[in-house]
Amino acid sequence: MSNTSATASELLAKMNSGEVSSEEITAACLEEIARRDNSINAFLSLQAETALETAREVDRKRKAGEPLGKLAGIPVALKDNICAKGATTTCASKMLEAFTPPYDAHIVEQLRAADAVLIGKTNLDEFAMGSSTENSAFKTTANPWNTKCAAGGSSGGSAAAVAAGFAPLSLGSDTGGSIRQPASFCGVVGLKPTYGRVSRYGLVAFASSLDQIGPFARDVTDAALLLETIAGKDQRDTTSLDADVPSYTKNLEQPLENLKVGYIEHLHAEGLHEDVKAATQQALEVYKSLGAELIPVELPHAKYCVATYYIIAPSEASSNLARYDGVHYGYRAKQFDNMIDMYAASRGEAFGDEVKRRIMLGTYALSSGYYDAYYLKALKVRRLIRNDFEQAFQKVDIIASPVTPTPAFEIGELVDDPLAMYLADIFTTSANLSGIPGVSVPAGMSQNKLPIGLQLLAPPLEEERLLRAARMFERETDWHRQRPE
Amino acid sequence: MSTQLTQDEVLKVASLSRLKLSETEVTALGEQMGSVLKYIAMLDELDTTDIEPMAHAIEISNVFRDDQLQESLPREQALSNAPQTDGKYFLVPAIL
Amino acid sequence: MDYTVIIGLEVHVQLQTRTKLFCGCSTRFNPDHPNTQTCPVCLGLPGALPVLNREAFHLGMKTGLAINCEIPSFTKWDRKQYYYPDLPKAYQISQYDLPMSQNGWLEIEIDPETRETKKVGIIRAHLEEDAGKNSHDESGRGHDSKVDLNRCGTPLVEIVSEPDLRSAQEARKYLEELKLLLTYIDVSDCNMQEGSLRCDANVNLHIHQENGETIPTPIVEIKNLNSFRGVEQAIEFEVKRQWEAWQETKLSLHDVPKETRGWDADRGITLEQRGKEEAADYRYFPDPDLAPVTVTDAEREKVSSELCERPALRRNRLESEYELSAYDAAVIIDQGLAFADYFEQVAKGCQNGKQAANWVTQDVLRELKEKGLEISSFTIKPEILAALLEKVERSEITTKSARTVFQELINSEESELNAASVQSIIEDKGLAMVSDTGALEAAVQAVVAKNEKAVADFQSGKQAAVGALIGQVMREVKGADPKVVRELLIEKMS
Repeated sequence: MSNTSATASELLAKMNSGEVSSEEITAACLEEIARRDNSINAFLSLQAETALETAREVDRKRKAGEPLGKLAGIPVALKDNICAKGATTTCASKMLEAFTPPYDAHIVEQLRAADAVLIGKTNLDEFAMGSSTENSAFKTTANPWNTKCAAGGSSGGSAAAVAAGFAPLSLGSDTGGSIRQPASFCGVVGLKPTYGRVSRYGLVAFASSLDQIGPFARDVTDAALLLETIAGKDQRDTTSLDADVPSYTKNLEQPLENLKVGYIEHLHAEGLHEDVKAATQQALEVYKSLGAELIPVELPHAKYCVATYYIIAPSEASSNLARYDGVHYGYRAKQFDNMIDMYAASRGEAFGDEVKRRIMLGTYALSSGYYDAYYLKALKVRRLIRNDFEQAFQKVDIIASPVTPTPAFEIGELVDDPLAMYLADIFTTSANLSGIPGVSVPAGMSQNKLPIGLQLLAPPLEEERLLRAARMFERETDWHRQRPE
Repeated sequence: MSTQLTQDEVLKVASLSRLKLSETEVTALGEQMGSVLKYIAMLDELDTTDIEPMAHAIEISNVFRDDQLQESLPREQALSNAPQTDGKYFLVPAIL
Repeated sequence: MDYTVIIGLEVHVQLQTRTKLFCGCSTRFNPDHPNTQTCPVCLGLPGALPVLNREAFHLGMKTGLAINCEIPSFTKWDRKQYYYPDLPKAYQISQYDLPMSQNGWLEIEIDPETRETKKVGIIRAHLEEDAGKNSHDESGRGHDSKVDLNRCGTPLVEIVSEPDLRSAQEARKYLEELKLLLTYIDVSDCNMQEGSLRCDANVNLHIHQENGETIPTPIVEIKNLNSFRGVEQAIEFEVKRQWEAWQETKLSLHDVPKETRGWDADRGITLEQRGKEEAADYRYFPDPDLAPVTVTDAEREKVSSELCERPALRRNRLESEYELSAYDAAVIIDQGLAFADYFEQVAKGCQNGKQAANWVTQDVLRELKEKGLEISSFTIKPEILAALLEKVERSEITTKSARTVFQELINSEESELNAASVQSIIEDKGLAMVSDTGALEAAVQAVVAKNEKAVADFQSGKQAAVGALIGQVMREVKGADPKVVRELLIEKMS
C-alpha cells in the first residue's frame, strides 16, 4: 500500500519503524490533493503550511523518543462545519465565507493533543443540509469511484477525501445520515456515534438534538482508533455523556460470541435497488457463516422516520440558523432599507435554496397554531421510534440494513426534487432520532462499479459491540481493500 | 393539516424567518413545502395521545457548571468576524 | 361611572453570580469597556454551546421559595425566538411552559394607617438570560446603533405577578417590598441604576357601567421602568390616559391587541413603541442544547433552610421582641439586612430595644446619610455602640454625655476603636455620672439657698421652677444624673 492508500494504522506502524516520516506522508497527501482534487473537489481549504509544520514537529518528537499521541503524524481532514482556530469555517455557505472562529472545537483539541496533522477542511452541503454536497455554495464533490456521481452528503468531502487517497482519516457530522450515506457511496467506513458520545462543542449546529460528529476511515480498525481519540465527556457540551470511553481498538479482533443479528424482514423502501438488496442479503449470509443467528425484527414506526425527521431537523435548524443575521459575524447585504430589511436581505442573499427551504419548513412547524400539529407530534412519534429500537434490542445485539436505497446517484439527478432526496434518508434517520450508534461498512459493488455499504446499528453506547461486529464482517470480505482508480 | 401553502402563507413564514425571497422562490417554496407537508401528514395516522414528547435523543438531566470565571475573549477577537464595528462596538443600521 | 385600576408587574432581577447563566464570562457591570466580557458562548458564535450555572439555578430557587412559590420537580429550558441586535443567537434561552417556580405570593402593606396588608399573587418566577445593550444615535441623524454584549447572558429571574395591584402606589409598594426581600435573601443587589432590577407594568382599567356591567379597557404593557418613582408616575399617567381614551373611543380589550408603550421619564409620558411590526410569534421550543433540571424534596428543603428570616416576619418580630413602634421597626427593616442585624446586636448588647432603636434610627442613620456610608463600613461597630448605650442604661452617664461620646467615637480612627474606647472617652472627658452624693447634695443645698424666688415659686405650685435649678446644679457637678438632681431638689424644696 502506498502512503496515500494505506490505513492510518499501517502508516503509524511505518512511521514507528522509521520507514516513513509524517512529513513524507503529509506531503504525499498534499501532492495527491494538488494532482486530483480539481476533479474530486473534496476540500474547501487546505492548511498545508501548518500541516507540514506539525508533521515535522511530530517527526522530531518521534526521533527524540518523546511521548506521542495516538494519531501522531497522521493527516486528518475536517468537515468544514467543525471549528478550528485560525482556519476559516465556512459551512460551505456564502454566509460564513469569511468566518474564522477564535476557538477550537473540542474534537480539534483532542486531535491536536493526539498529535494528528490537520490537513484541510472538506466540502459539505451548506450547513450540512443535503445528501450530495450539491448544496455547497462553492463546489460539488465528485465520487472518487465515478466522478459523474455524487460523493453523497452532507459529509461528502470528508468521505471522498478518505476514498480518494487525500487523507487516511477524516471527520464528518451526521444529523440524518450525513456520515453513513457518503461513506456508503464512497466505499469507506463511516460511523455515527451514540448521541453525546462525542462533544458537539465547536460543531456548527444544524439540528442540535440529532447532530453527532464521527469518523471516516479506510477500515474498521482506523474508525475505532479515531473514535477513541475524540470520544468522551466535555464540560462545555451539556449533552455529552459522562460515560467511560473503552479502548475500541483493544478487543476489536475478538469476534462476538452468540451474536444475534437483527434484520428487517420486509424492506418496503420504495425504489430499493436490486444491487443494494443483494449486497445486504449477502452480508447477512456472511454473519450466518460466522455462526451468528439471524433474527427478523419489527420496527413498526420505521416508515415514519423521514416524516418525523423532516419536522424536527428543520425546526431546530430554523432556530440554530437564526443567528446568521449579518450583525455579529457573517455576511451582510450591501443594499437595504433599514435594520429589519438588513436581516432579510443578508439572509436572503447568503443562504442557498436548501437552507432556505429548511428554515422555512422549520419556522412554519414551530409557528403559532402549527406547533402541536407538527413539532409536538413529531417529538411524540420520535419516542415511538425509539421504543421500537428498545424492543428490538431486547431480542438482537445489532441490526443490519442497507444504508441507502441506491448506490451513488448522478450529480444533478435529484436536485430538482427535494422530497425524493429526503426519502432516500429512510434507513439512516432512525439512528439520529433514537440517539443510537450506527456504522456503514463497505459491503459490495453495484454492477456499475459503485460501492454499496451495509449499515449496522447498536443500542446506545454500544460502539464497542458495533465495531467488533463490523470488524467480524470486514475480516471475511475484501470490499474495504478496494480503491477507486 | 393543510398541505398547500399560499403565497401569503409563504410570505408570512419568510417574514418570521427574516428571509427576503424572490417571486420565483416564493412560488417554488409554496410548492415544495406543500409537497413535504403532504408527505409529513402521514403522522396523522398515529394516535400519540398519551405519548411523552421526546426532545432529546438521550435523556439526561441536571448538568451544571460551577460558577467559576473563565477568561473572556479579547475585544479584538470578539469583534474580529463582525461585518461592521468601530473597534469597540458592533455597529448596525439605526434600529429606531 | 367609575373604574378599577388593574396592574400586574413583570420584574427582571439580575442574580448575583460571578459568571453568566450559560458561560464563564464575568457579570460585572462594565459599560465603559464594551465587548470585553464575551466568549464564543455569549457571542452566539457558531458551534458554541451553553452549560447551566449551578449557582444561578440555586439563587433562582432561593428567589422562588422566598416569594412562596412551588418549586416543581421538573423544569426545562426553552428558546424564545426574535431578532434584535442585542440578542446574538436570535433567541433567548428562557423558560416557557414549565418554569422553575410558580404560584407564589408577596405580602405588602397597603395602608400605613390601618396597617392593612394584601397578598399579591405571583404567577411564576423563571430563569432566563439577559440580552446585551444597544445604544441608539440620539441626534436624529440616523447614525448607526451600537451593540455591547457584556451584559448578554447575565442570569435574570423574571417574576410575573398576578394583576392584583390596584393603584400606582400599590405597584410601587410591591416593587419596594420585592427589592427589600431579594436583597435580604442576598440573591441580587437590585441596583436599579445599573439595571439589576427592571420592571414592566401591564395596566388596564375595569370600567364599571351604570348597568352593573364591567368593561376592561385594552391592556398596555409599559416598558423601561427603571426607578420606583418611574413606576408610580408611569402608571398614574397611563391610568389617566386610558380613562381619557375610553371616554373618547369606548374601545375594549377585545377590540385592540395588547399595546406596548415606553415610559419617557424626561417628558413624563408613555409613548407607543414602534418597530414591533408584527404580532410576536416567539416560536418557543425546548432548547436541545440544555438538559432539564429535576429538583428533589431534600434539595428544596435545603435551599429553604438557607433562607434568612424574611423582612415582613422580621418586622413583626422586632415590634414584639423589642417593643418597637411599627414605624421604628419599618425604618430598621427598610434599611436592609445588615442594618437590621446591626440594630439587633446593639439592642441585645445594651438590653434596651427602644433605646437602641432611637439611636440606630436617628444618630446612626443620620451619620450614614451625611457621609453616604453603608452600615457595613460604619466605624462604630455594634458592640461599641451597645457598650455606650449600656452605660446610659445603667445610669453611668447621661444621654447627653452619650452623644458627646458618640461624636468622639465617630471622630476616632476605626483602628483605634474597641470596646474599651467608650470607657476611656468617658474618663478623659470626665463624663462619668457623679455617684458621690455628698458633693451633689452640697451643690443642691447651695443652689436652693441662692434662689429664694424659684423656691417660693415652686412651693406655690409652679413645677416648672425646678427646671432652671437643675441646670444650675448640673453646671456645678458635671456628669450628674438630671433625674437624681431633680429628685434631690424637690426633696430639699418641699
